[in-house]
Amino acid sequence: MAHAETAGPITAPPAEDERLSARILRFLGRAPVHIFLVVIGLLWLVPTLGLFLTSLLSPGDFGDQGWWQLFSEPSKVTFENYEAVFDNDTLISALFTTLIVAVGGTILPIIVAAMAGYAFAWLDFPGRDWLFILVIALLVVPLQMALIPIFSLYNKLGIFDTTLSLILFHTAFGLPFAIFLLRNFFIGIPRDLMEAARIDGASEIRIFLRLILPLGLPAIASLGIFQFLWTWNDLLVALTFCRETQPITVAIFSQLRQFGANIELIAPATFVSLIIPLGVFFAFQRYFVEGLLAGSVK
Amino acid sequence: MSVTGSVAGDPPVTPTPEAVESGGWRRHALAAGFLAPAAIFLGVWIVYPTLTTIWRSFFDESGDEFVGLQNYQTLFTSDVILTAIKNNAIWVLVVPALVTSVGLVFAVLTERIPWSVAFKTAVFMPMAISAFAAGITWRIVYLQEPDRGALNAGIAVVKDSFSSGGVLADARPSSDALEGTSQGTIRLAEPVGRGDIALLGLTAIGSSEVPDDAEQAVRPEALQGGIRGVVWRDFKPGGGTAGEVEPDELGLPGVTVKLRTSGGGAVGSTMTATDGTFSFDEVESGEYSVAIGSESFSQSFGGVTWLGEKLVTPAILISYLWIWAGFAMVVIAAGLAAIPRDVLEAARTDGGTEWQVFRRVTVPLLAPVLTVVFITMLINVLKVFDIVIAIAPGSVQDDATVLALQMWRTAFGGSNDFGVGSAIAVFIFLLVVPILALNIRRFRREL
Repeated sequence: MAHAETAGPITAPPAEDERLSARILRFLGRAPVHIFLVVIGLLWLVPTLGLFLTSLLSPGDFGDQGWWQLFSEPSKVTFENYEAVFDNDTLISALFTTLIVAVGGTILPIIVAAMAGYAFAWLDFPGRDWLFILVIALLVVPLQMALIPIFSLYNKLGIFDTTLSLILFHTAFGLPFAIFLLRNFFIGIPRDLMEAARIDGASEIRIFLRLILPLGLPAIASLGIFQFLWTWNDLLVALTFCRETQPITVAIFSQLRQFGANIELIAPATFVSLIIPLGVFFAFQRYFVEGLLAGSVK
Repeated sequence: MSVTGSVAGDPPVTPTPEAVESGGWRRHALAAGFLAPAAIFLGVWIVYPTLTTIWRSFFDESGDEFVGLQNYQTLFTSDVILTAIKNNAIWVLVVPALVTSVGLVFAVLTERIPWSVAFKTAVFMPMAISAFAAGITWRIVYLQEPDRGALNAGIAVVKDSFSSGGVLADARPSSDALEGTSQGTIRLAEPVGRGDIALLGLTAIGSSEVPDDAEQAVRPEALQGGIRGVVWRDFKPGGGTAGEVEPDELGLPGVTVKLRTSGGGAVGSTMTATDGTFSFDEVESGEYSVAIGSESFSQSFGGVTWLGEKLVTPAILISYLWIWAGFAMVVIAAGLAAIPRDVLEAARTDGGTEWQVFRRVTVPLLAPVLTVVFITMLINVLKVFDIVIAIAPGSVQDDATVLALQMWRTAFGGSNDFGVGSAIAVFIFLLVVPILALNIRRFRREL
């Protein structure tokens, strides 16, 4: 039997009922795995579900019991908390700040990294490999190393507490990974295409704009999603370089002191802050995973 | 911050355009033009600050006075920073191994499951959420009151269905022989002495509240030189006589009974058996009072203090696992998919059990991928910040602190000591340098 199985896939099919029973047995044998995965999968959803349902409870109801009361009494759902969040000027302007920083902090590093990635992949210049190794070295520099000097620098330049200061910082610290990712993608572009374009007399700038960027779009998309999520989700950088210009994470952070007493504010604000990256994630999940694998495995 | 900034990759080919000698300086100028923006950003925001921070770490708070290694000495003498180092060591020892193994288990289990996409999406989703928002999400999970915190609510449900706690919640004395209420203690009204039998009958106990192991109550034999007694549910359908142990009345096991002198001094404490009996064997002569300890009455579960000083770090570790398990799973699953099917099939047909195939074939073949995940997590863990500051309440941040958090607190969180802050940053940097060296070595081999 064993030999027949290894010999090749095209052997005489076993009797129908035998196959069925084997399948049932196999299914039963795997049933614990299915159950385990269902339980774990549900457990993984509970915290986020809890945050969302908590945000739909009035402060009074939340004082009585946690979010699960909504399963027995769905009529207790209220959107008042969200109305309050959207009436709260501080939180709304914080969302705006986050949006500006995330968009700026995504586009700028993509442009800069695409240029550098192209140079590292397709232009010849002395010390290219060494410079690229330097970029890889910068990949692991903890941003804690930059906080204090940049804090002083921003104060001297007078851009402390501005969205620009955040965008520039996120651009710089996004670059090593961005250059690394794009260079590795660009280098895979077929050489014939490049040579053909060069023989046709296209300038390097033209090749970059008309050939590399369009062909590199999948990698750029992955990178864009990463960079957007990082900048949107940042707390540390904004907490260090901003006082009045608060992104949403900082605005929520400043409310944490009274945690427990103001959950009707914190829960919906947090949910609003995470629904946008979550939407981006679900919309572009494929690119996200591809970028992840390109960055870590390949 | 960096999700994947771990291990350098291998470009499929390295096509160095050879025929470019002509027009050398123009081409170099072009390359310089393409690289200039990146060079400015990396130079001004990463290289220059890195050097400045190293330099700064040898100066005092204000930056005026050179203090040599004094700031580094502070790292190992300040209690809070030592706690940060200790906690970060726990993170390093636990998290990379835990995340990698959980990711491996998930990846292997979902490999041949038709609905694996749903599972993977659920587990991977937290990756998109900020560590800060995840922290707040978990803070709601960890709320202490079982009425509000999901985790403690879950524990309360389990506790209620497995333990006999709360048996005597509304219990009342069954006769005048006893006095007191279940809010405090219930005790015999009359003192007892050696050789006496203490009958502690209680009513108002629902039949569902009686522990399953309860047996028919027994009136114990008197003991010379000791005090014996019974705690029982002094009630049976159709009546009965209060204060007497009768057939069909159950003993109450697991009840704490306390013996005190008439002056109130504690003499002893014991637990009732399944038939409700208890015994204090050797008692000096004199008068004693017998009471049921207040701990036997309903102690409603007050909730585990997850975010207290003892459990806060494990609590944060769990929420961190929640965020990163999906990353590990997805990367390992990709590695798993790349393993040739026939290798596994060959191992199986050679008679290997699933476990043997997993241990001897799958894991070794996955080793490079597992290393990548492990190292990525190692770097992340050395820089962990947001989730700690989000989950740990202000009062226990001294207990939960980690290096990156302590660096921020030292430099920006009030004391504004840039000297020690820089030293902590350099310390974190030194910890990642070996990983950096590893990255570069790997990459140079592949270049």
